[in-house]
Amino acid sequence: MTFDWGFVGEAMPDLLTGLRYTVQATVLGYAVALVVGLLVAIVRRGAPPLVAGTVHWVMEFIRCTPLLVQLFFVFYVLPGVGIELSPLTAGVIGLGLHYAAYTAEVYRSGMEGVPRGQWEATRALSLPAHRVWLAVILPQAIRRVIPALGNYLIAMFKDTPLLFAITVPELLFEANQLGGQYFKYLETMTVVGLLFVVVSVPSAIAIRLLERRYAAV
Amino acid sequence: MPQSDDTAPRAETEAAGAPAAAPEPAPAAGAHDGDGPLIRFERVVKRFGDNVVLRELDFNVEAGERVTLIGPSGSGKTTILRLLMTLETVNGGVIWVNGDPLSHMRKGERLVPANERHQRQVRRKIGMVFQQFNLFPNMSVRRNITEAPVHSLGVSREEADQRAEELLEMVGLGDKIDEHPTRLSGGQQQRVAIARALAMRPEILLLDEVTSALDPELVAGVLDVLREIARTTDITMLAVTHEMGFARDVSHRVLMFDEGQIVEEGPPEQIFGEPREERTRSFLHAVLESG
Repeated sequence: MTFDWGFVGEAMPDLLTGLRYTVQATVLGYAVALVVGLLVAIVRRGAPPLVAGTVHWVMEFIRCTPLLVQLFFVFYVLPGVGIELSPLTAGVIGLGLHYAAYTAEVYRSGMEGVPRGQWEATRALSLPAHRVWLAVILPQAIRRVIPALGNYLIAMFKDTPLLFAITVPELLFEANQLGGQYFKYLETMTVVGLLFVVVSVPSAIAIRLLERRYAAV
Repeated sequence: MPQSDDTAPRAETEAAGAPAAAPEPAPAAGAHDGDGPLIRFERVVKRFGDNVVLRELDFNVEAGERVTLIGPSGSGKTTILRLLMTLETVNGGVIWVNGDPLSHMRKGERLVPANERHQRQVRRKIGMVFQQFNLFPNMSVRRNITEAPVHSLGVSREEADQRAEELLEMVGLGDKIDEHPTRLSGGQQQRVAIARALAMRPEILLLDEVTSALDPELVAGVLDVLREIARTTDITMLAVTHEMGFARDVSHRVLMFDEGQIVEEGPPEQIFGEPREERTRSFLHAVLESG
């Protein structure tokens, strides 16, 4: 088996197009995960028990089922009830909700790390609820969990090949097509792996830097 | 809404009986000020699990009065302040502030446990300084002080800023307004916390062992600030402290607590000069020995 360097060059434009989808799905999915996870964590702490409990169990359910199943559900089952989504949209929603279940836990631990005296001070000053959250609790809670949130960004990035299964033309999808067409799996899959590394490693280093900056509160 | 409200002051059943109707001395709802004590504890019971911290406690504080609570730790002093700040809820009895029930609200003729909104209304009159300062570490000193006036009282930013400057001047930290609290010493942090509490213009200032977490050499600065406030304002003060010299200087009245009850009370000269109760004597002896 010889490695066909020439083929790599020819395949590159298609693979980079795939990578664009991969990155796009990651960034959008991560945004969904950050926002939804935060809302979930706040609801679980602040809402009446019935609402908080329901949200808790929905999130627990999401965490206990495989991402691939959830993606199929969003993409193939929802159209049955009239919700038609493009593959990328379905992928972003699936990834986002799945990871929201994890980020919610991260936010929760961050909130628990805020000393009780901080909550008591907000009470003693009669701060309205939105200021309690936005001005006092969240800034302190999020700062603590930036590294943990960052790790989920990389984990999510590495989960994007699952979107292949719902026909998002991401990196693996493109690579598989090229590989099948020319029967050049060695080259395409190697490049796929390398492209993942090229994005992941710098991201990991960036997160490490953030960690160093924010670790000491 | 019948039965469930019966839990009104969730009384120690036999204790509070059925204090459902407003007790006699409370003036008509709405109009108060003037007559009657500013703070009134009426057969207040507080339990933590099986541990009864306050048992049917009665006491009053008049407007403008400065009262010091002393006594061994675990005697319920801090709990009294925390109940007033609505950081804890009563298990029995009723707390009145300015003729309004703090722990409860009126519902027709009855008193039912207060909801969040009611508590927010009533506790706006009350400020508290904590043992651990509890400044917001993510905000500058300025914002620590202006945050609540702006967002809770609706004061304009300029006015809040100006007040913050005055208050910091008063506590001797005029030059620290744009510092971060984490860069200040414990004593400085506590003085900022005092300024923060006063920025809300409370009628009542609660001081919960405000010097206990400080290095010894920083205590005096904080106590001087409080002495100054006592001298220059007529704010009602309730202080839990182990600083007997401070208690003697500033308070009109000292309450000696033990096991959730008032063992002895009187003017500081009497409590420190000629305590009548054995428990007061032994407590003072122990404190003064160690100090």
